[in-house]
Amino acid sequence: MNEARLRQNIAFTVLGAVTLLIVIPILLVILYVAINGAGAITWSFLTEAPRNGMKAGGIFPAIVGTILLVIGTMLFSLPLGVLSAIYLVEYASDNLFTRMIKLSVVNLSGIPSIVYGLFGFTAFVLVLRFGTSILAGSLTLAIMSLPVIITASKEALESVPFTYREISLSLGATRWQTVRYCVLPYAIPGILTGTVLSLSRAAGETAPILFTVAAFYLPRLPRGAFDQVMALPYHLYVISTQVPNIPLSLSFATALVLIAIVFLMNLVSVILRAHYRKKRLW
Amino acid sequence: MVNEPIVQTFDLNCYFGSVHALKNVNIEIARNEILGIIGPANSGKTTFLRAINRLNYLQRTYSQTGEILLGGRDIRKINDNLLRKKVGIIFALPQVLPISIFDNVAYGPKVHGTTNKETLSRIVEEALKKAYLWEEVKDRLKDPAVRLSGGQQQRLCIARTLAVEPEVILYDEPCSGLDPISTAKVEDAMQQLKADYTQILVTNNTKQASRVSERCAFFLMGELVEIGPTHDLFTHPGDTRTDDYITGRFG
Repeated sequence: MNEARLRQNIAFTVLGAVTLLIVIPILLVILYVAINGAGAITWSFLTEAPRNGMKAGGIFPAIVGTILLVIGTMLFSLPLGVLSAIYLVEYASDNLFTRMIKLSVVNLSGIPSIVYGLFGFTAFVLVLRFGTSILAGSLTLAIMSLPVIITASKEALESVPFTYREISLSLGATRWQTVRYCVLPYAIPGILTGTVLSLSRAAGETAPILFTVAAFYLPRLPRGAFDQVMALPYHLYVISTQVPNIPLSLSFATALVLIAIVFLMNLVSVILRAHYRKKRLW
Repeated sequence: MVNEPIVQTFDLNCYFGSVHALKNVNIEIARNEILGIIGPANSGKTTFLRAINRLNYLQRTYSQTGEILLGGRDIRKINDNLLRKKVGIIFALPQVLPISIFDNVAYGPKVHGTTNKETLSRIVEEALKKAYLWEEVKDRLKDPAVRLSGGQQQRLCIARTLAVEPEVILYDEPCSGLDPISTAKVEDAMQQLKADYTQILVTNNTKQASRVSERCAFFLMGELVEIGPTHDLFTHPGDTRTDDYITGRFG
Protein backbone atom coordinates (compact mmCIF):
# COMPACT_ATOMS: atom_id res chain seq x y z
CA MET A 1 0.00 0.00 0.00
CA ASN A 2 1.47 3.35 -1.01
CA GLU A 3 1.53 6.43 1.15
CA ALA A 4 -1.31 8.29 -0.58
CA ARG A 5 -3.66 5.33 -0.12
CA LEU A 6 -2.67 5.09 3.52
CA ARG A 7 -3.37 8.78 4.09
CA GLN A 8 -6.70 8.46 2.36
CA ASN A 9 -7.69 5.53 4.57
CA ILE A 10 -6.68 7.43 7.69
CA ALA A 11 -8.74 10.41 6.55
CA PHE A 12 -11.78 8.23 5.86
CA THR A 13 -11.48 6.58 9.26
CA VAL A 14 -11.23 9.91 11.08
CA LEU A 15 -14.16 11.40 9.15
CA GLY A 16 -16.26 8.31 9.76
CA ALA A 17 -15.46 8.36 13.46
CA VAL A 18 -16.41 12.03 13.75
CA THR A 19 -19.72 11.35 12.01
CA LEU A 20 -20.42 8.50 14.41
CA LEU A 21 -19.61 10.77 17.35
CA ILE A 22 -22.36 13.09 16.20
CA VAL A 23 -24.92 10.41 15.48
CA ILE A 24 -24.44 8.38 18.66
CA PRO A 25 -25.53 11.04 21.19
CA ILE A 26 -28.64 11.80 19.16
CA LEU A 27 -29.57 8.14 19.03
CA LEU A 28 -28.87 7.78 22.74
CA VAL A 29 -31.13 10.72 23.58
CA ILE A 30 -33.97 9.33 21.51
CA LEU A 31 -33.43 5.85 22.88
CA TYR A 32 -33.36 7.10 26.47
CA VAL A 33 -36.56 9.09 26.02
CA ALA A 34 -38.23 6.18 24.26
CA ILE A 35 -37.30 3.61 26.88
CA ASN A 36 -38.50 5.81 29.74
CA GLY A 37 -41.57 7.16 28.02
CA ALA A 38 -42.92 4.37 25.85
CA GLY A 39 -44.56 2.62 28.79
CA ALA A 40 -46.76 5.60 29.58
CA ILE A 41 -48.00 6.04 26.03
CA THR A 42 -51.46 4.61 25.74
CA TRP A 43 -54.40 5.45 23.55
CA SER A 44 -56.03 7.42 26.35
CA PHE A 45 -52.76 9.32 27.00
CA LEU A 46 -52.84 10.54 23.40
CA THR A 47 -56.56 11.28 23.17
CA GLU A 48 -57.64 12.51 26.60
CA ALA A 49 -57.28 15.78 28.45
CA PRO A 50 -55.14 15.91 31.60
CA ARG A 51 -56.91 15.25 34.88
CA ASN A 52 -56.20 15.50 38.55
CA GLY A 53 -53.78 18.45 38.38
CA MET A 54 -52.06 16.91 35.32
CA LYS A 55 -51.02 13.89 37.36
CA ALA A 56 -53.28 11.68 35.31
CA GLY A 57 -55.11 11.65 32.01
CA GLY A 58 -53.58 12.51 28.66
CA ILE A 59 -51.99 15.32 26.71
CA PHE A 60 -54.44 15.63 23.84
CA PRO A 61 -55.02 19.41 24.17
CA ALA A 62 -51.26 20.00 24.18
CA ILE A 63 -50.77 17.88 21.05
CA VAL A 64 -53.51 19.81 19.25
CA GLY A 65 -52.05 23.09 20.54
CA THR A 66 -48.57 22.33 19.25
CA ILE A 67 -49.89 21.23 15.86
CA LEU A 68 -52.02 24.39 15.60
CA LEU A 69 -49.05 26.56 16.54
CA VAL A 70 -46.83 24.89 13.93
CA ILE A 71 -49.48 25.38 11.26
CA GLY A 72 -50.05 28.99 12.32
CA THR A 73 -46.32 29.65 12.34
CA MET A 74 -45.97 28.16 8.87
CA LEU A 75 -48.88 30.21 7.49
CA PHE A 76 -47.11 33.42 8.47
CA SER A 77 -43.43 32.60 8.10
CA LEU A 78 -43.33 30.51 4.93
CA PRO A 79 -44.82 33.03 2.47
CA LEU A 80 -43.08 35.96 4.14
CA GLY A 81 -39.74 34.18 4.30
CA VAL A 82 -39.75 32.80 0.78
CA LEU A 83 -41.03 36.01 -0.79
CA SER A 84 -38.45 38.16 0.96
CA ALA A 85 -35.70 35.71 -0.03
CA ILE A 86 -36.89 35.96 -3.64
CA TYR A 87 -36.77 39.73 -3.39
CA LEU A 88 -33.29 39.74 -1.89
CA VAL A 89 -31.81 37.29 -4.39
CA GLU A 90 -33.66 38.09 -7.61
CA TYR A 91 -34.68 41.72 -7.46
CA ALA A 92 -32.82 43.79 -4.87
CA SER A 93 -29.82 45.70 -6.08
CA ASP A 94 -26.65 45.49 -4.05
CA ASN A 95 -26.56 48.63 -1.95
CA LEU A 96 -26.11 49.69 1.65
CA PHE A 97 -29.79 49.22 2.41
CA THR A 98 -30.04 45.63 1.16
CA ARG A 99 -26.74 44.77 2.81
CA MET A 100 -28.13 46.03 6.10
CA ILE A 101 -31.23 43.86 5.60
CA LYS A 102 -29.10 40.80 4.89
CA LEU A 103 -26.94 41.48 7.91
CA SER A 104 -29.93 41.90 10.21
CA VAL A 105 -31.45 38.65 8.94
CA VAL A 106 -28.27 36.83 9.92
CA ASN A 107 -28.15 38.57 13.29
CA LEU A 108 -31.81 37.90 14.03
CA SER A 109 -31.21 34.16 13.88
CA GLY A 110 -28.79 34.54 16.79
CA ILE A 111 -31.22 36.25 19.17
CA PRO A 112 -32.28 34.15 22.19
CA SER A 113 -35.84 32.89 21.92
CA ILE A 114 -36.93 34.50 25.19
CA VAL A 115 -36.30 37.89 23.56
CA TYR A 116 -38.74 36.95 20.81
CA GLY A 117 -41.15 35.93 23.54
CA LEU A 118 -40.95 39.33 25.21
CA PHE A 119 -41.23 41.10 21.88
CA GLY A 120 -44.27 39.03 20.92
CA PHE A 121 -45.85 39.69 24.29
CA THR A 122 -45.47 43.44 23.86
CA ALA A 123 -46.26 43.69 20.17
CA PHE A 124 -49.02 41.14 19.69
CA VAL A 125 -50.53 40.53 23.12
CA LEU A 126 -50.49 44.10 24.42
CA VAL A 127 -50.16 46.61 21.58
CA LEU A 128 -52.21 44.81 18.94
CA ARG A 129 -54.52 43.46 21.67
CA PHE A 130 -54.56 39.88 20.38
CA GLY A 131 -54.39 38.77 24.01
CA THR A 132 -52.70 35.54 25.04
CA SER A 133 -53.80 33.65 21.97
CA ILE A 134 -52.89 31.20 19.24
CA LEU A 135 -52.62 34.17 16.89
CA ALA A 136 -50.11 35.98 19.10
CA GLY A 137 -48.13 32.78 19.70
CA SER A 138 -48.02 31.85 16.03
CA LEU A 139 -46.88 35.32 15.05
CA THR A 140 -44.15 35.27 17.70
CA LEU A 141 -42.92 31.87 16.59
CA ALA A 142 -43.15 32.99 12.95
CA ILE A 143 -40.89 35.97 13.60
CA MET A 144 -38.44 33.68 15.35
CA SER A 145 -38.51 31.25 12.40
CA LEU A 146 -38.19 33.87 9.68
CA PRO A 147 -34.41 34.39 9.72
CA VAL A 148 -33.68 30.69 9.24
CA ILE A 149 -36.32 30.36 6.51
CA ILE A 150 -35.01 33.46 4.71
CA THR A 151 -31.40 32.32 4.96
CA ALA A 152 -32.17 28.79 3.76
CA SER A 153 -34.39 30.06 0.92
CA LYS A 154 -31.74 32.57 -0.12
CA GLU A 155 -29.12 29.86 -0.30
CA ALA A 156 -31.47 27.56 -2.19
CA LEU A 157 -32.25 30.30 -4.74
CA GLU A 158 -28.60 31.25 -5.11
CA SER A 159 -27.64 27.64 -5.79
CA VAL A 160 -29.83 27.54 -8.91
CA PRO A 161 -27.42 28.00 -11.86
CA PHE A 162 -27.34 31.53 -13.26
CA THR A 163 -27.62 30.09 -16.77
CA TYR A 164 -31.25 29.07 -16.13
CA ARG A 165 -32.11 32.71 -15.52
CA GLU A 166 -30.07 33.80 -18.53
CA ILE A 167 -31.85 31.32 -20.81
CA SER A 168 -35.26 32.39 -19.59
CA LEU A 169 -34.58 36.13 -19.80
CA SER A 170 -32.95 35.77 -23.21
CA LEU A 171 -36.18 34.23 -24.51
CA GLY A 172 -38.06 37.31 -23.42
CA ALA A 173 -39.53 36.00 -20.18
CA THR A 174 -40.14 38.57 -17.48
CA ARG A 175 -38.20 38.46 -14.24
CA TRP A 176 -41.18 37.02 -12.41
CA GLN A 177 -41.76 34.32 -15.05
CA THR A 178 -38.08 33.49 -14.79
CA VAL A 179 -38.30 33.14 -11.03
CA ARG A 180 -41.55 31.23 -11.22
CA TYR A 181 -40.61 28.69 -13.89
CA CYS A 182 -36.81 28.53 -14.01
CA VAL A 183 -35.63 29.23 -10.47
CA LEU A 184 -38.23 28.43 -7.82
CA PRO A 185 -38.92 24.83 -8.94
CA TYR A 186 -35.25 23.97 -8.44
CA ALA A 187 -34.96 25.85 -5.16
CA ILE A 188 -37.97 24.20 -3.50
CA PRO A 189 -36.06 21.22 -2.03
CA GLY A 190 -33.64 23.57 -0.28
CA ILE A 191 -36.42 25.88 0.86
CA LEU A 192 -38.30 22.90 2.31
CA THR A 193 -35.29 21.74 4.26
CA GLY A 194 -34.81 25.13 5.85
CA THR A 195 -38.49 25.59 6.55
CA VAL A 196 -38.95 22.25 8.26
CA LEU A 197 -35.80 22.76 10.28
CA SER A 198 -37.09 26.10 11.41
CA LEU A 199 -40.61 24.83 12.14
CA SER A 200 -39.20 21.89 14.09
CA ARG A 201 -37.43 24.36 16.30
CA ALA A 202 -40.61 26.41 16.65
CA ALA A 203 -42.53 23.27 17.65
CA GLY A 204 -40.11 22.65 20.51
CA GLU A 205 -39.64 26.19 21.82
CA THR A 206 -41.00 27.18 25.21
CA ALA A 207 -39.80 30.72 25.75
CA PRO A 208 -41.61 32.43 22.82
CA ILE A 209 -44.96 30.88 23.77
CA LEU A 210 -44.59 31.38 27.49
CA PHE A 211 -46.22 34.83 27.58
CA THR A 212 -48.01 34.78 24.25
CA VAL A 213 -50.17 31.68 24.05
CA ALA A 214 -49.35 28.77 26.33
CA ALA A 215 -51.87 27.82 28.97
CA PHE A 216 -50.68 26.31 32.21
CA TYR A 217 -53.68 24.05 32.50
CA LEU A 218 -56.54 24.17 30.02
CA PRO A 219 -58.00 20.70 29.61
CA ARG A 220 -60.09 21.48 26.54
CA LEU A 221 -59.57 22.33 22.90
CA PRO A 222 -59.24 25.98 21.82
CA ARG A 223 -62.34 27.74 20.54
CA GLY A 224 -60.63 29.93 17.94
CA ALA A 225 -57.52 31.84 16.96
CA PHE A 226 -57.92 34.21 19.94
CA ASP A 227 -58.08 31.41 22.48
CA GLN A 228 -55.23 30.16 24.63
CA VAL A 229 -53.97 26.65 24.17
CA MET A 230 -51.72 24.15 25.87
CA ALA A 231 -48.54 23.22 24.03
CA LEU A 232 -46.24 20.23 24.43
CA PRO A 233 -42.96 21.98 25.30
CA TYR A 234 -44.59 24.20 27.92
CA HIS A 235 -46.62 21.30 29.29
CA LEU A 236 -43.40 19.33 29.59
CA TYR A 237 -41.78 22.20 31.45
CA VAL A 238 -44.78 22.51 33.76
CA ILE A 239 -45.09 18.86 34.67
CA SER A 240 -41.34 18.49 35.10
CA THR A 241 -40.81 21.49 37.36
CA GLN A 242 -44.05 23.01 38.61
CA VAL A 243 -46.20 20.09 39.71
CA PRO A 244 -44.83 17.83 42.41
CA ASN A 245 -45.17 14.05 42.50
CA ILE A 246 -45.82 13.44 38.84
CA PRO A 247 -44.52 10.12 37.55
CA LEU A 248 -41.39 10.72 35.51
CA SER A 249 -42.69 8.46 32.78
CA LEU A 250 -45.36 11.07 31.95
CA SER A 251 -42.65 13.66 31.22
CA PHE A 252 -40.75 11.26 29.04
CA ALA A 253 -43.90 10.21 27.24
CA THR A 254 -44.69 13.87 26.52
CA ALA A 255 -41.16 14.40 25.21
CA LEU A 256 -41.49 11.31 23.05
CA VAL A 257 -44.70 12.63 21.49
CA LEU A 258 -42.99 15.96 20.76
CA ILE A 259 -40.08 14.16 19.12
CA ALA A 260 -42.53 12.07 17.10
CA ILE A 261 -44.32 15.18 15.81
CA VAL A 262 -41.03 16.75 14.74
CA PHE A 263 -40.00 13.47 13.14
CA LEU A 264 -43.26 13.32 11.19
CA MET A 265 -42.71 16.87 9.92
CA ASN A 266 -39.28 15.90 8.70
CA LEU A 267 -40.69 12.81 7.05
CA VAL A 268 -43.20 14.89 5.12
CA SER A 269 -40.41 17.20 3.98
CA VAL A 270 -38.33 14.21 2.81
CA ILE A 271 -41.25 12.99 0.71
CA LEU A 272 -41.95 16.44 -0.73
CA ARG A 273 -38.27 16.94 -1.49
CA ALA A 274 -38.08 13.66 -3.37
CA HIS A 275 -41.17 14.66 -5.32
CA TYR A 276 -39.69 18.00 -6.37
CA ARG A 277 -36.29 16.52 -7.19
CA LYS A 278 -38.00 14.23 -9.68
CA LYS A 279 -39.28 17.26 -11.56
CA ARG A 280 -35.75 18.16 -12.54
CA LEU A 281 -35.07 16.04 -15.58
CA TRP A 282 -31.51 14.82 -15.88
CA MET B 1 -24.47 51.98 -45.75
CA VAL B 2 -26.54 48.89 -46.22
CA ASN B 3 -29.97 48.44 -47.67
CA GLU B 4 -32.78 48.12 -45.18
CA PRO B 5 -30.73 48.07 -41.98
CA ILE B 6 -32.41 46.14 -39.17
CA VAL B 7 -29.79 46.74 -36.50
CA GLN B 8 -27.83 50.00 -36.31
CA THR B 9 -25.48 51.20 -33.64
CA PHE B 10 -24.27 54.78 -33.25
CA ASP B 11 -21.17 55.54 -31.19
CA LEU B 12 -21.82 52.53 -29.00
CA ASN B 13 -19.62 52.48 -25.90
CA CYS B 14 -19.89 49.71 -23.34
CA TYR B 15 -18.36 49.57 -19.89
CA PHE B 16 -18.09 46.89 -17.25
CA GLY B 17 -17.26 48.97 -14.20
CA SER B 18 -14.18 50.88 -15.31
CA VAL B 19 -13.35 48.51 -18.17
CA HIS B 20 -14.09 50.10 -21.52
CA ALA B 21 -15.19 47.02 -23.44
CA LEU B 22 -16.48 48.59 -26.65
CA LYS B 23 -15.30 51.89 -28.13
CA ASN B 24 -17.38 53.99 -30.51
CA VAL B 25 -18.81 51.16 -32.53
CA ASN B 26 -20.88 52.18 -35.55
CA ILE B 27 -22.37 49.27 -37.44
CA GLU B 28 -25.30 48.69 -39.72
CA ILE B 29 -26.64 45.21 -40.21
CA ALA B 30 -28.90 44.43 -43.15
CA ARG B 31 -32.08 42.43 -42.95
CA ASN B 32 -31.56 38.72 -43.72
CA GLU B 33 -27.80 38.88 -43.89
CA ILE B 34 -25.39 36.71 -41.96
CA LEU B 35 -22.82 38.98 -40.40
CA GLY B 36 -19.71 37.30 -39.07
CA ILE B 37 -17.81 38.92 -36.23
CA ILE B 38 -14.26 37.82 -35.67
CA GLY B 39 -11.51 38.93 -33.36
CA PRO B 40 -9.32 37.61 -30.55
CA ALA B 41 -10.48 37.09 -26.98
CA ASN B 42 -11.44 40.29 -25.13
CA SER B 43 -12.01 42.17 -28.36
CA GLY B 44 -15.60 43.03 -27.41
CA LYS B 45 -17.39 40.66 -29.79
CA THR B 46 -19.62 39.11 -27.16
CA THR B 47 -20.25 42.46 -25.49
CA PHE B 48 -21.43 43.81 -28.83
CA LEU B 49 -23.74 40.85 -29.32
CA ARG B 50 -25.23 41.07 -25.85
CA ALA B 51 -25.67 44.82 -26.16
CA ILE B 52 -28.20 44.25 -28.94
CA ASN B 53 -30.62 42.35 -26.68
CA ARG B 54 -29.54 44.17 -23.53
CA LEU B 55 -28.32 40.99 -21.85
CA ASN B 56 -25.22 42.89 -20.73
CA TYR B 57 -27.45 44.61 -18.21
CA LEU B 58 -27.70 41.35 -16.24
CA GLN B 59 -24.29 42.38 -14.91
CA ARG B 60 -24.73 45.04 -12.33
CA THR B 61 -21.60 46.99 -13.19
CA TYR B 62 -22.57 47.39 -16.84
CA SER B 63 -23.20 50.76 -18.43
CA GLN B 64 -23.50 51.94 -22.00
CA THR B 65 -23.61 55.11 -24.08
CA GLY B 66 -24.64 55.66 -27.68
CA GLU B 67 -27.64 54.31 -29.50
CA ILE B 68 -28.78 50.99 -30.82
CA LEU B 69 -31.72 50.87 -33.22
CA LEU B 70 -33.77 47.81 -34.04
CA GLY B 71 -35.89 48.32 -37.12
CA GLY B 72 -35.31 52.06 -36.70
CA ARG B 73 -36.46 52.15 -33.06
CA ASP B 74 -34.23 52.92 -30.11
CA ILE B 75 -34.06 49.64 -28.17
CA ARG B 76 -34.26 51.54 -24.89
CA LYS B 77 -37.82 52.38 -25.89
CA ILE B 78 -38.69 48.73 -26.41
CA ASN B 79 -39.70 46.63 -23.44
CA ASP B 80 -36.85 44.22 -22.57
CA ASN B 81 -39.14 41.20 -22.90
CA LEU B 82 -40.33 42.20 -26.33
CA LEU B 83 -36.79 43.12 -27.43
CA ARG B 84 -35.46 39.72 -26.39
CA LYS B 85 -38.34 38.00 -28.13
CA LYS B 86 -37.33 39.81 -31.33
CA VAL B 87 -33.60 39.29 -30.80
CA GLY B 88 -32.78 35.73 -29.82
CA ILE B 89 -29.38 34.48 -28.72
CA ILE B 90 -27.51 31.18 -28.88
CA PHE B 91 -24.86 30.91 -26.18
CA ALA B 92 -21.33 29.58 -26.53
CA LEU B 93 -21.96 26.42 -24.57
CA PRO B 94 -25.21 24.60 -25.22
CA GLN B 95 -27.40 25.59 -22.33
CA VAL B 96 -30.61 23.67 -21.85
CA LEU B 97 -33.07 23.75 -19.00
CA PRO B 98 -33.42 20.57 -16.90
CA ILE B 99 -36.79 19.79 -18.44
CA SER B 100 -37.87 17.74 -21.46
CA ILE B 101 -36.88 18.44 -25.05
CA PHE B 102 -40.43 19.50 -25.80
CA ASP B 103 -40.69 21.79 -22.79
CA ASN B 104 -37.38 23.47 -23.61
CA VAL B 105 -38.70 24.55 -26.99
CA ALA B 106 -42.20 25.30 -25.69
CA TYR B 107 -40.89 27.48 -22.85
CA GLY B 108 -40.57 30.64 -24.93
CA PRO B 109 -44.01 30.49 -26.58
CA LYS B 110 -45.54 29.67 -23.18
CA VAL B 111 -44.11 32.73 -21.46
CA HIS B 112 -45.36 34.82 -24.36
CA GLY B 113 -48.87 33.58 -23.82
CA THR B 114 -49.40 30.51 -26.01
CA THR B 115 -51.26 27.95 -23.95
CA ASN B 116 -53.11 25.85 -26.53
CA LYS B 117 -51.50 22.40 -26.59
CA GLU B 118 -51.96 21.81 -30.29
CA THR B 119 -50.52 25.20 -31.17
CA LEU B 120 -47.55 24.51 -28.92
CA SER B 121 -46.97 21.10 -30.51
CA ARG B 122 -47.04 22.68 -33.94
CA ILE B 123 -44.63 25.45 -32.93
CA VAL B 124 -42.25 22.94 -31.34
CA GLU B 125 -42.30 20.68 -34.38
CA GLU B 126 -41.69 23.53 -36.81
CA ALA B 127 -38.88 24.98 -34.71
CA LEU B 128 -37.17 21.60 -34.38
CA LYS B 129 -37.46 21.02 -38.11
CA LYS B 130 -35.94 24.40 -38.91
CA ALA B 131 -33.08 23.65 -36.54
CA TYR B 132 -32.44 20.29 -38.24
CA LEU B 133 -33.17 18.36 -35.08
CA TRP B 134 -36.69 17.01 -35.61
CA GLU B 135 -35.71 13.69 -37.19
CA GLU B 136 -33.34 12.89 -34.33
CA VAL B 137 -35.71 13.66 -31.48
CA LYS B 138 -39.28 13.29 -32.77
CA ASP B 139 -39.74 9.95 -30.97
CA ARG B 140 -38.44 11.13 -27.62
CA LEU B 141 -39.71 14.64 -27.08
CA LYS B 142 -40.45 13.81 -23.44
CA ASP B 143 -36.84 12.84 -22.72
CA PRO B 144 -34.65 15.13 -20.63
CA ALA B 145 -32.93 17.65 -22.87
CA VAL B 146 -29.67 17.24 -20.97
CA ARG B 147 -29.33 13.69 -22.32
CA LEU B 148 -28.87 14.97 -25.88
CA SER B 149 -25.34 15.24 -27.25
CA GLY B 150 -23.64 18.64 -27.25
CA GLY B 151 -24.36 19.22 -30.94
CA GLN B 152 -27.99 18.22 -30.53
CA GLN B 153 -28.32 20.46 -27.48
CA GLN B 154 -26.99 23.41 -29.46
CA ARG B 155 -29.51 22.81 -32.23
CA LEU B 156 -32.16 22.49 -29.52
CA CYS B 157 -31.09 25.95 -28.34
CA ILE B 158 -31.55 27.23 -31.88
CA ALA B 159 -35.01 25.62 -32.02
CA ARG B 160 -35.84 27.18 -28.65
CA THR B 161 -34.90 30.59 -29.99
CA LEU B 162 -36.82 30.06 -33.24
CA ALA B 163 -39.95 29.07 -31.33
CA VAL B 164 -40.48 32.66 -30.15
CA GLU B 165 -40.23 33.89 -33.77
CA PRO B 166 -37.37 36.37 -33.49
CA GLU B 167 -36.26 38.73 -36.25
CA VAL B 168 -32.59 38.65 -35.36
CA ILE B 169 -30.59 35.68 -34.06
CA LEU B 170 -27.31 36.26 -32.27
CA TYR B 171 -24.80 33.43 -32.10
CA ASP B 172 -22.07 33.70 -29.49
CA GLU B 173 -19.40 31.25 -30.67
CA PRO B 174 -22.07 28.60 -31.05
CA CYS B 175 -19.72 25.84 -32.16
CA SER B 176 -16.85 26.35 -29.76
CA GLY B 177 -17.70 23.15 -27.90
CA LEU B 178 -18.75 21.05 -30.88
CA ASP B 179 -17.08 18.46 -33.10
CA PRO B 180 -16.73 19.18 -36.86
CA ILE B 181 -19.79 17.16 -37.87
CA SER B 182 -22.04 18.88 -35.31
CA THR B 183 -20.54 22.20 -36.38
CA ALA B 184 -21.46 21.45 -40.00
CA LYS B 185 -25.04 20.71 -38.95
CA VAL B 186 -25.32 23.97 -37.06
CA GLU B 187 -23.91 25.83 -40.06
CA ASP B 188 -26.40 24.07 -42.34
CA ALA B 189 -29.21 25.20 -40.10
CA MET B 190 -27.92 28.78 -40.27
CA GLN B 191 -27.92 28.71 -44.08
CA GLN B 192 -31.51 27.44 -44.10
CA LEU B 193 -32.57 30.22 -41.74
CA LYS B 194 -31.15 32.96 -43.97
CA ALA B 195 -34.40 33.44 -45.81
CA ASP B 196 -36.33 34.48 -42.73
CA TYR B 197 -33.87 35.83 -40.20
CA THR B 198 -31.02 38.23 -39.73
CA GLN B 199 -28.13 36.39 -38.14
CA ILE B 200 -25.06 37.68 -36.38
CA LEU B 201 -22.34 35.14 -35.77
CA VAL B 202 -19.55 35.80 -33.32
CA THR B 203 -16.85 33.23 -33.80
CA ASN B 204 -13.27 32.51 -32.83
CA ASN B 205 -12.96 30.40 -35.89
CA THR B 206 -12.09 32.56 -38.89
CA LYS B 207 -12.70 29.65 -41.24
CA GLN B 208 -16.24 29.39 -39.95
CA ALA B 209 -16.78 33.09 -40.55
CA SER B 210 -15.54 32.73 -44.11
CA ARG B 211 -17.75 29.69 -44.72
CA VAL B 212 -20.97 31.07 -43.29
CA SER B 213 -21.06 34.86 -43.39
CA GLU B 214 -21.67 37.26 -46.24
CA ARG B 215 -20.18 40.23 -44.51
CA CYS B 216 -17.65 40.14 -41.76
CA ALA B 217 -16.52 42.52 -39.06
CA PHE B 218 -13.18 42.43 -37.29
CA PHE B 219 -13.04 43.61 -33.67
CA LEU B 220 -9.84 44.28 -31.78
CA MET B 221 -9.52 45.55 -28.21
CA GLY B 222 -13.03 46.95 -28.19
CA GLU B 223 -12.77 48.68 -31.56
CA LEU B 224 -14.41 47.81 -34.83
CA VAL B 225 -11.33 47.69 -37.06
CA GLU B 226 -13.12 47.03 -40.31
CA ILE B 227 -16.25 45.58 -41.82
CA GLY B 228 -16.92 44.45 -45.36
CA PRO B 229 -17.93 41.61 -47.63
CA THR B 230 -16.42 38.44 -46.18
CA HIS B 231 -14.56 37.53 -49.36
CA ASP B 232 -12.93 40.96 -49.58
CA LEU B 233 -12.03 41.03 -45.91
CA PHE B 234 -10.26 37.70 -46.17
CA THR B 235 -8.53 38.26 -49.50
CA HIS B 236 -7.45 41.88 -49.26
CA PRO B 237 -8.17 43.37 -45.86
CA GLY B 238 -8.05 47.14 -45.61
CA ASP B 239 -6.20 47.19 -42.32
CA THR B 240 -2.89 45.53 -41.53
CA ARG B 241 -4.22 44.42 -38.13
CA THR B 242 -6.97 42.44 -39.88
CA ASP B 243 -4.41 40.93 -42.17
CA ASP B 244 -2.23 39.97 -39.21
CA TYR B 245 -5.15 38.35 -37.45
CA ILE B 246 -6.57 36.30 -40.29
CA THR B 247 -3.18 35.11 -41.45
CA GLY B 248 -2.51 33.96 -37.90
CA ARG B 249 0.28 36.33 -36.92
CA PHE B 250 -1.50 36.89 -33.63
CA GLY B 251 -4.71 36.00 -31.90
